[in-house]
Amino acid sequence: MLTVNFAQKQDVLLIRLKGELDHHSAKQLREKTDHYLQEKDVKHIVLNLEELTFMDSSGIGVILGRYKEVQRAGGEMVVCSISTPIKRLFEMSGLFKILRLEHRESDALRQLGVA
Amino acid sequence: MTNEMKLEFSAVSENEAFARVSVGAFVAQMDPTMDELTEIKTVVSEAVTNAIIHGYEENPNGKITILAKLEEESIELTIVDTGRGIEDIEQAKEPLFTTKPELERSGMGFTIMENFMDEVEITSKVGAGTTVYLKKRLATKKSICY
Ligand SMILES: Nc1ncnc2c1ncn2[C@@H]1O[C@H](COP(=O)(O)OP(=O)(O)O)[C@@H](O)[C@H]1O
Ligand SMILES: [Mg+2]
Repeated sequence: MLTVNFAQKQDVLLIRLKGELDHHSAKQLREKTDHYLQEKDVKHIVLNLEELTFMDSSGIGVILGRYKEVQRAGGEMVVCSISTPIKRLFEMSGLFKILRLEHRESDALRQLGVA
Repeated sequence: MTNEMKLEFSAVSENEAFARVSVGAFVAQMDPTMDELTEIKTVVSEAVTNAIIHGYEENPNGKITILAKLEEESIELTIVDTGRGIEDIEQAKEPLFTTKPELERSGMGFTIMENFMDEVEITSKVGAGTTVYLKKRLATKKSICY
């Protein structure tokens, strides 16, 4: 089970994930996020993983896919509140070479100038 | 002593969570650390997802079998599908290699299995299916008393 919560602050889409992100739930995250990006004027994404209890490589794929979308329009993606096991997956796949990591949501938002 | 279990289920994505939670519950009796349990659940999720997406290409009639074996100090998992098989196993194991980039696959499944487990053996035959054998020694297990 994955719950996807959206909040917008100026041109930043804040996505809070709760539950488990695998191949089954990745589809829902992809569809909802892409729909939001199409409808609303968003440049950057902040991804809050504080309440994400499980993730596998399907999560890497869907996060990378959304990163590519915002990057195409000159935006950035910042990830915050990541747990140790999920951080290891990010490190293994080299995601930190392209995404910024912040401890807290407030830091991530400040990075993008909307705190 | 050795303790074994076997699960068989349909190749549908709803069962990815079922498979990792079930294996996690079985393995819990060995009192693994939280990290070890997370690693085991993650590799089960990877292997089962591969069977669903690549082995059966999302055909829900496919069946996946998981055998789990608990030894004194280690856990062995075997995940079996009778799907399309892998043509080039060495290539499949390379980090970031995927045959389904259009599905946003990251190509990290086998790399994660190799990182989280002590042994990974893949056997596969095109048109016949794939078997993934995984073994993990639990760091905390010197001896178990039942
Ligand atoms: N059970 C399987 N049946 C057939 N092909 C598989 C299976 N598991 C893996 N593969 C092949 O190996 C490749 C790499 O797998 P993996 O590392 O998990 O990456 P991904 O699932 O992201 O593609 C897959 O793209 C696929 O071609
Ligand atoms: Mg995979």
